[in-house]
Amino acid sequence: MTTDVDLPTAVSQQFPSATPRPSLDCPAFNVPAGDVLAVLQYLRDTQACDFLMDVTAIDWSAEASPRFTVVWHLYSSTKHNYVRVAAACESNVEPAMPSAVVLWAGADWHEREVYDMFGIKFTGHPDLRRILMWDAYPYFPLRKEFPLAGLPAEMSDADINAEIGVGVISAPMAGGPFVATPGEPMSDAEPRAKDEAWNEKKEKPE
Amino acid sequence: MVTASPEVTYNSKIEGDITVTRADAAINWLRTNSMWPMPMGLACCAIELMATASSRFDIARFGAEVMRFSPRQSDCMIVAGTVTYKMAPVVRRIYDQMAAPKWVIAMGACASSGGMYRSYATLQGVDRIIPVDVYVSGCPPRPEALLDALMKLQSKVRSEPALKKQFTAA
Repeated sequence: MTTDVDLPTAVSQQFPSATPRPSLDCPAFNVPAGDVLAVLQYLRDTQACDFLMDVTAIDWSAEASPRFTVVWHLYSSTKHNYVRVAAACESNVEPAMPSAVVLWAGADWHEREVYDMFGIKFTGHPDLRRILMWDAYPYFPLRKEFPLAGLPAEMSDADINAEIGVGVISAPMAGGPFVATPGEPMSDAEPRAKDEAWNEKKEKPE
Repeated sequence: MVTASPEVTYNSKIEGDITVTRADAAINWLRTNSMWPMPMGLACCAIELMATASSRFDIARFGAEVMRFSPRQSDCMIVAGTVTYKMAPVVRRIYDQMAAPKWVIAMGACASSGGMYRSYATLQGVDRIIPVDVYVSGCPPRPEALLDALMKLQSKVRSEPALKKQFTAA
């Protein structure tokens, strides 16, 4: 990967509000939410970062403030370098961010996914609906307070719900998640329940 | 022709042009040997399901090669893959659209129990929404395992009373 050494200086000259963001690979910037579209447009039009690779988000934790950070990954198909732009949402309760669909049509589904998983509303998005979960799903699953096993909810089809009478349940974790522990002998490191004090038949002790 | 059921074998030298059997045996013989699957391929198990249908494993040897993508024309739903909660009502609706008698094979760990997906998005076993006749273990199961499940289902169908009312309206 070739990195354009001039790009960080160019961005900080153009946008004094953009601060360098710690990064192990490509140039990265923290940008105020209000400037983010201008920065992205500058990167696209002047720095030839013509490809929006990814839009994602971070939930730092329910107590952190600012809580949500939206991250854009750009790539230049002519200069072959990557740039990362991050912007913190101003509100922790109703997080919002300007939509990049005006710059890249491909941002549409990325932003729908971020909305689906984190509940971050993209202002100016043409069709901000859930993309993975069904429309009536009441939670945002990648928020920190949401448990991995899930929370009870209704499935999407009212007819079927009435007929079968089962809905979304919290998945039985049975001591999981089952992850390997690094650095142990292989027989001890393999994925298995770390907490075997409880399972499907025995309730988890409080 | 070799048939598994001695009740419907026919020796014309002894019996002439008349075959005597029980209605159950005759009907179940028809059902077991032309079971049209509804391929509910939802994840990687569907690849093994395709392999089962293809020349190397050849599910046609068991009379189940007519994969129908219409629930109206199929007898046996093979749920091959992870059923998400978003997909679950669709699976149930397709099952409801199949004409009775109908059977279900839960193919693989995900369809049987949710498998490794202990998560907010995955139905923890398709038997929570539809009645399952045969479960197949494996992730994914080999085609031989699916063929074994089909043979087990056939032996189950063969022993069922063919004319009993199997499903009652809710």
